[in-house]
Formats: sequence, structure tokens, C-alpha cells
Amino acid sequence: MKYTDEFRDPVAAQRLIQEIRVRATRPIRIMEFCGGHTHAIMRYGIRQALAPNVRMASGPGCPVCVTSDGDIDYCIALARLPGVTVATFGDMARVPGSRSSLQEARAAGAEVRIVYSALDALELARREPQRAVVMLGIGFETTAPTVAASILRARELGLKNYYVYSMHKLTPPAMRSILDAGEVHLDAILGPGHVTAIIGWRAWGFLPAEYGIPCAVSGFEPLDILQAVRSLVALQGSAPQVVNAYSRGVTAEGNRVAQGLMAEVFEVSSANWRGLGELPASGLKLRPAYAAYDAQLAFDLPRPESPEPASQRGCRCGEVLRGVVEPPECRLFGKACTPARPIGPCMVSAEGACAAYYQYGGSLV
Amino acid sequence: MCLAVPLRIVRIEGTMAEVELGGVLRQVSLVLTPEAQVGDYVLVHTGFAISRLDEQEAQETLALFAELEEAAREQDEQRTEEADPASCR
Amino acid sequence: MSEQVVLLAHGSGGLLSHELVSSLFLKYLGNPILNALEDASNLPLGDASELLGGQLVFTTDSYVVKPLFFPGGDIGKLAICGTVNDLAMRGAVPLYLSAGFILEEGLPLRDLERVLASMATTAEAAGVHIVAGDTKVVERGSVDKLFINTAGLGLVPPGVRISAAAARPGDLILLSGAIGDHGLAIMTQREGLRFQTPLQSDCAPLNSLVSAMLAASRRIHTRRDPTRGGLASALNEIATQSAVGMEIEEQAVPIHEPVRAAGDLLGLDPFYVANEGKLIAIVEREDAQSVLEAMRAHPYGQEAAIIGQVTAEHPGRVVLRTILGTRRLMDMLAGEQLPRIC
Repeated sequence: MKYTDEFRDPVAAQRLIQEIRVRATRPIRIMEFCGGHTHAIMRYGIRQALAPNVRMASGPGCPVCVTSDGDIDYCIALARLPGVTVATFGDMARVPGSRSSLQEARAAGAEVRIVYSALDALELARREPQRAVVMLGIGFETTAPTVAASILRARELGLKNYYVYSMHKLTPPAMRSILDAGEVHLDAILGPGHVTAIIGWRAWGFLPAEYGIPCAVSGFEPLDILQAVRSLVALQGSAPQVVNAYSRGVTAEGNRVAQGLMAEVFEVSSANWRGLGELPASGLKLRPAYAAYDAQLAFDLPRPESPEPASQRGCRCGEVLRGVVEPPECRLFGKACTPARPIGPCMVSAEGACAAYYQYGGSLV
Repeated sequence: MCLAVPLRIVRIEGTMAEVELGGVLRQVSLVLTPEAQVGDYVLVHTGFAISRLDEQEAQETLALFAELEEAAREQDEQRTEEADPASCR
Repeated sequence: MSEQVVLLAHGSGGLLSHELVSSLFLKYLGNPILNALEDASNLPLGDASELLGGQLVFTTDSYVVKPLFFPGGDIGKLAICGTVNDLAMRGAVPLYLSAGFILEEGLPLRDLERVLASMATTAEAAGVHIVAGDTKVVERGSVDKLFINTAGLGLVPPGVRISAAAARPGDLILLSGAIGDHGLAIMTQREGLRFQTPLQSDCAPLNSLVSAMLAASRRIHTRRDPTRGGLASALNEIATQSAVGMEIEEQAVPIHEPVRAAGDLLGLDPFYVANEGKLIAIVEREDAQSVLEAMRAHPYGQEAAIIGQVTAEHPGRVVLRTILGTRRLMDMLAGEQLPRIC
């Protein structure tokens, strides 16, 4: 058992697709919250295979995409400070802020390093004690515990030059915001498998209880996604519930250790989401006990501004993130806005819906 | 940043583990999954194991797919018989 | 182009690289020969070609790979193979190379010696001679250890016409072996990934493979080695230059297990990763099987496979039939994937 090929079996996939097509007698619209799901769905041609009755709408589950212009500008300003090395996950480097990007700042001489892990950033701090290393804390509940762990480790090591700028965000509040706004009719939710490995599938109980719609927590291999969609289709017309379709990695209570680390280092705060605006109790910031590692306190920079400035140049990322429009409906898509020259983050990020549509050609069958 | 990959633990040293997939070896932190053992498969996200994979559950999920295939195959056979009544007389 | 400065993405072999070339380089340096953007350029010599016994072709390439030494090769071996292969892709017998070196002050002479020894071995294996050279030394920090430029001359036998614009609907698309080895061997070195068996670069001179293929059939329309930008970008380039569409079977494309695993781990798709010892051949349908057999009989083509076909539909676009049997677009590399991979 390797947990990969077995969940990519073409014969089983075709059977699942057939069964979904047979069972979906009425149109059903499912939001896949997670950008990783959008990519897998496009990369494996699942979207086209399930059309027209099963419609997938992509959601705000792309951490880089929902980072506000103000936050991006702040990160660029940090990178430009002398003596500061900014450590970031790859995609963030190419996202345009209101004027520039980390990538361009690097081309102009700023120290920007791409890391695969917060531990890499920690290692940078250890090796270069004369520089201040700022880890950009991007990501949802899957990533926040890893950054929390890096802060605790920094404390153990007695590092004085490791900082985190927390832009971490929480997924249930974003889900609520979209459903409350009611801009798009949703029949079901495809739940984010790895976030749920941390928070536990009970965390989605509010979806059937308060919104009357089912949620199937899904892994990222094609059979996982198809199986989860199938269970959502099968639930239409019955009482909604949460289905754990990723039972090999997800439990009801989630990862208690990870939740504990998150709670130890971070506290819940409001956060500014691109596309969703300022949402209360939707983000994480460092607790006072960890102020020594908080980049916002360590450097003398103006705070990132909020509210969100009006979207420039016609970028409709906000609407894409809320599932209101599909990327091809944005007039910039594929013309002024391409992965080579992105205007909005949805086109830059490996988990952005626009990048997925562009890369895998949504409309080509 | 939802991407996580299933990897098998080959060796553990303190809170770090050496994990393997398809012959590739990597160092990951077990700080979030302290109960993980050598031989376990874990989901790894940005250098940390975030969850142990439950083999039993995985087998059950795969069995579901096999059942589906079996049911579909029987349906296909039935349809072929119905379409050609001469074949069973 | 809206950028004011050169970005790393301009060097990755994808869209931005192409735009830089067409909007700046071709603008100033362009002419009908250069504008064809082939792997190696035809030098029109009129009647002299008869005397020479073939069409003269010329190419150049620079090598900035980091690290200098990697499993399966080094910058020297790459520098010879890269240029030999560009010539071979046009069907040329590679003849003579030049080599220019830019050395950083402080480079250990022992490393330089290792590189030169490797170049000598590779040149001999490929049957080429290095007949011109140059060396410059710059201050510490002005260059990263060692950069090499090679240029090469080759002769295309009469009757062989191979071009990126020559693919035709109905042709079959052949690939000489597994993809992603070189780029992932480099990346895993840089990222400190370890392997039970280390990933090896596939760096190899392909001229003898090409000769074996030409012996099997003269009806090979296009040949290209998928370096920066990977298989997907090379297929897209050909589709655009030939104004044809392509259908590729994902299942048929060979990828070694550790390469796939490393790609999964690093978030890199082998279809977009550089190869330095592979080629794509677009062959007339009736001859595809015999060319395939000739490839499989050669040490550098043992895993060769037919991976798809050329079609008249969706010209300029490459469609992938996924392992699930569904279809979706496979585009050129859009952004920056791997800096300094070759």
C-alpha cells in the first residue's frame, strides 16, 4: 500500500464517473473550498467529465490568493529593510501587490529566500545570526501549526533573530461568509482534506446543522475526489450530514497535538481576506507571550492598511474566490492576466483557480 | 498550501524522521505526530508530518471501489444478456 | 513587454523566455535564418553545399548550471552534449565545437580540471573535436564559479530535412525515454533530498541515436530535445511552429518512479522539467514502428515510446489524455520553474 497509485486507478475512476453521471439526475452545484482540489479536478479532467449536471465552483481555499494587497505590500516593505531576509513559500514571491512583488524586490537586491518549510527559515536564522529572518506565515490550519512549531523551536534554541509575520487564516469563518452572502447557490461542499486532518471533521457540523447542506471531506487523489462527489450526489434529497471520505487521514477530532501548538502560539483575531473583506475571528496572530517573534512588533513599518483598496485594473479575483464567477468570465483572463504576467494572485498561485483554468484549459474538451 | 504527500517512516531520531516515497528520502519533523512509528505512513505538509495514515481505513476505501466495480460489471453483463436473448437459450 | 529588468523567469525556457527573444533579441539581431528559431541554424552556402556534401548547420549555447557537479554529469559534459544534441536534432553529424570559459577568481583548479577531463571524455564519445577556445577570469562574485559557452558546426546529409515547422497531421510522436531525470537530479541536489539510489541526470550525446533513427527512416519530420521548459514546452513549440495540434497519452509517457516521487515532494511536474539526454521525434505514421525499434535497440533509447499523435484539430495546442481517460489542455511552461538548471 503506497497511498498514491491505488487512488489513481483509471478503471475505478471511470466507474465512479459513470455512477455520478447516472445518479446526478438534477443539477447539483458543489463548492470545492480548497485550491488544491481545484487543481486536481482540472489536472485530471474531472470537471469536464462530470459536466453538465455536476457543477464545481471554486472557493477561497488558496492562502496566497486571499492575502490582501496591504499584507503583500507590507511583506515587500519588510524585504527592503536592510539586514532583513524574508523567507517565503514559493508562490508568494510572484504575487503582485499594489505596485510590486517580492520577486521584483529580489531582482532589485532584497534578500528573499524561497523555503519549503518553516524549519528551513529557522535554519537560515541559525546560520546567519547577523540577519533578521522573517518567515511569512501564510496558510490555513494545515500550515499554522508548522509555523507555531518553528516559533517554539526558535525559543528552545534561544534564537534572537527569527520572526514570523502571521497572515494565517481559518477556514470555517470563510465558508460561513460565503454562505451568508448567498451570492451563489450551493448544494454541497467538498471539504478540504488536509485542513480537516488538523481540525477534525466534526468542525464541519455547522454546515448541515445551520445551513442545511452536506459536506464530504475529500483527499486529493482523483478517486478521493470522485468518491466524495459521489457521496454528495447520493445525499441529495436526504438529510444533510458530514461525510468523511478521507478516512485514512482524517478523524472526527483531528490532530490534537497540532491544535494545541496552534493555540499555544496564536490567538484568534480578525483578518483581512481578499474577496471577503475584513472577517472577525478568522485569522491568527501571535500571542503576547511570543511577542519577541512577532515581525509586526520588531520592525518600524506602517501597519498594512485595511480596508481593501478597490480592485485595480479590472481584477475579479475577489469574485472568483467567492465562487461567483469562473475565471474565464473575467475579461482580463488569458489576455492582460496570464501566469507569465499575472495581475491578481489567483493567476499566480499553484492553488489559484485562474492558474488552474489557464494551465489546464477549462473550456477545451 | 493544502498539498501534503504520503510518506513512509524509515527511521526516527528524536523529533525528526527520515521518510521515503518511491526511493526518495526526506527529513521531516514529527513534532505534530509524536505517536508515529517506523513503518507508519504519514501525510507530510511543508516538512512536517500532520497525520498518520490508517491502513485499515485505506483498505476499506479501496474495497468500496472494488465493490463498485463488481456491481458495475454485473450490470454490464446483465445488459449484454438482455440485449442478446439468443445467447442464453 | 512591461518589465524593466531581467527576471529569473526570463531564463526558464517558457513563455517569458520566448517573449524576451522575440521582442528584444530578434528585434535587433533578427534575420530569416535566426528568426526560424531552430535548435541549429542552416547556413545557406549555395553551391558550396554540394561541394561540402551536405547542409552546414551552426548553433551555440551557454551553460550556467548550479551545482557544477551532479550525479550523472557536470557542467562540462552538459556543455558538450547540449551543443552536440542541438546539431543532432537537425539531423546533422556534429563536427567541430568551440568552447569559451568564464572563470571566477578563487575557483579551485582541481574543479576546473575535473570539468575539462569530463569534456574531453564526452567529446571523444560524441566524435567531435574542440577546435577553438577562450578563457576569461573575473573577480570573485562577478560570476558563480564557472560559466561555459559552446558553439558547434555540423553537416546535414543530403535529403534530410528536419524542422520544427514540419510536423503534419497523422504523424506519430515518439519520445526516446523517461522524462524529468536531469532537472530533478539537479533540484534534489540543491534541496538536499537523498535517495536510496540517487537520481542521475540523463545527460548524454544523442548523435549516434539520431544516426540509428535516420538509418531506419528518412521520413522523420521533426526532432527536438526537451531541455528547459520540459516535454510540455517543447511539444507546444513544435505545435505552434508547425501550426498543428497534438494529442498525448499521459499513460504512455515514461517517468521513473523516483522522479515522480521527487516531483510530488517538491511540487514539480516532470512534464515541465529539463532533460539533457532525450529527444522527441515526429515521424510519418507508417515508419513510426521501425524508428521506434531502432531507438529501443540503442543504449540511449531503450525506454523509447510512442506517446501521441499530430492532429489537424486545435492547431497550436497540445491536449493530454490523462491517466483517467479524461482530456485536458497541456500548456507551455508559464512562469519560472527551475533557475539555472542547464
